[in-house]
Amino acid sequence: MRPLFAMLILVTAMLFAASLITGPAGLSVVDGLRALLLGGEGPMPIVMREIRLPRAVLGLVVGGGLGLTGAAMQGYLRNPLAEPGLIGVSGMAALGAVLAIQTGLSLSAAMALPLSALLGAGMGAGLLVALAGPRGGSVTLILAGIAISALANAGTALVLNLSPNPYAANEIVFWLMGSLADRSMLHVWLVLPPMVLGAMLIWTTARDLDALTLGENAAAAMGVSPTTLRWRLVAGVALIVGPATAVGGVIGFVGLVVPHILRPWVGARPSALLPASALGGAALVLAADIAVRLILPERDLKLGVLTAIVGAPLFLHLIWKTRSGGRM
Amino acid sequence: MALRIVHSMRGFVRPSRIIAGWLAAMLIAAGAPVTAAPQRVVSMNLCTDQLAMLLAAEGQLISVSHLARDPRMSAMAETAANYPVNHGRAEEIYLLRPDLVIAGQFESGPTLQMLRRLGIRVEVLPPAESIKAIRSGITRMGELLVREDAAADLLAGFDRELARVRSDHYRGKAALYYANGITSGRNTLAGTILDAAGYENIAGDYGVDSTTGLPLELVVMAQPDRLITGAKWPGQSRSEAILDHPALKKLAPDTAEVTDRDWVCGTPFILRAIEALQ
Repeated sequence: MRPLFAMLILVTAMLFAASLITGPAGLSVVDGLRALLLGGEGPMPIVMREIRLPRAVLGLVVGGGLGLTGAAMQGYLRNPLAEPGLIGVSGMAALGAVLAIQTGLSLSAAMALPLSALLGAGMGAGLLVALAGPRGGSVTLILAGIAISALANAGTALVLNLSPNPYAANEIVFWLMGSLADRSMLHVWLVLPPMVLGAMLIWTTARDLDALTLGENAAAAMGVSPTTLRWRLVAGVALIVGPATAVGGVIGFVGLVVPHILRPWVGARPSALLPASALGGAALVLAADIAVRLILPERDLKLGVLTAIVGAPLFLHLIWKTRSGGRM
Repeated sequence: MALRIVHSMRGFVRPSRIIAGWLAAMLIAAGAPVTAAPQRVVSMNLCTDQLAMLLAAEGQLISVSHLARDPRMSAMAETAANYPVNHGRAEEIYLLRPDLVIAGQFESGPTLQMLRRLGIRVEVLPPAESIKAIRSGITRMGELLVREDAAADLLAGFDRELARVRSDHYRGKAALYYANGITSGRNTLAGTILDAAGYENIAGDYGVDSTTGLPLELVVMAQPDRLITGAKWPGQSRSEAILDHPALKKLAPDTAEVTDRDWVCGTPFILRAIEALQ
């Protein structure tokens, strides 16, 4: 397992560096890194520090957060379909963020944006857990998820269509597909504290999730309180997915693909899957964000397009496995 | 008796009056081109609205588009308040019984086709993106309204003012940057305004001469001396958030300028935009 973590850290670090040196300005690697670290005169430090650095940092934390929450929800619901984007938690966060922006709350207080998204994500996750429950089967989970995400997406589209701003309606696609283009360090500082708090909260559930793999009764016998576990998890997911969605939009499939790929490598132990998925999610979103800049540099291609191209076939693979009698 | 004579004389006067009136009409007609001036003109486009309001005779223009009253986009919003507005729908325009409809190039095709099918004369004016195009737009509007003299006056005034506000010496590099990271190059109205004010457009550095997206990084790398951004609309949008990006603030701290209604249409009002840049 140790080599797996070493490799994941290495890949993530390399992708982070690659994200920093990818951009239309065509700076050389040496010049770019020198401007980033040492600053200096001219436009280069501005490009590196104000444009590329926030983008790379957000790719790292948003991806890491999505991977982590995906693994945690799958561990708790014991269902590989539990993924914040797919089951409406991200959609609710987006609705919260859109409401904060359109009502002008985010202008009067910068923290209103991540807080409102956090509230939306919390409501989405809470509703889902209440509807599907720890024993809920795939059908209940997916039905609840579809209902929540349909409602959230419709709400987002409605709010943006009602806006007096001519650009607002075109932003529906951003909220549904996600993008990290042209974010600033302001956004990084806005989302980092709640996301770190959420990650710490989810980390405390690792041992309980391990116990839960033995079944609810066994877990209860080992001293796991189902109620507190549930609320720690919902709060942790909201603290991560809310702010991540507020700055990056809904980036789907990350929390689905990454834990699925890494699960066999960590012996299906949630406590090991959590950090591995965080690293894997960061790597996936960083890679997707580099790809959108290389494929269509002058268009703002949405991240969700690429993650869906990777994620949807996997989703089909899961369905195939269920149909051929494998347990989901 | 005398009274009766007067009466009969009055009777004789009548035909001569008609003749005199007809002669006068002929004289006027001889002075004007063969086509009769349209009497009920409807304009459907923000830019043709403004040219029409500048040139039309009293009572000739009966309706302008609803955008003409929007002070954020229309340089003649106050004047447009005196005209009934239309919303570019075939039905409402037909009910106005126009004898000439003037539309812009981007008006809805089916609407114009329907108006033509209903037997209404429809003329389309292309958007003016250069000084030359603005001049020919004024001339064309003069011809359509049969107000060539007014058009010639307007054109003379435009040329005179342009010569006054136009800057011949180099003032530095400027960047045009709008919501969603869009810039405008040389072949656009905004590019023409920059050029006339004596600025070099950074879009040219990257081979951009139309209106298209330009990554924020490239704007920063070009180091413009002056940054001109799009106006903010009411309500909030993520598209406009790029205009508040700290990188832009660091780039041109004090020189941010905002494009307003004088930048929208190729009319003599661009002179105000050029002058404001000096």
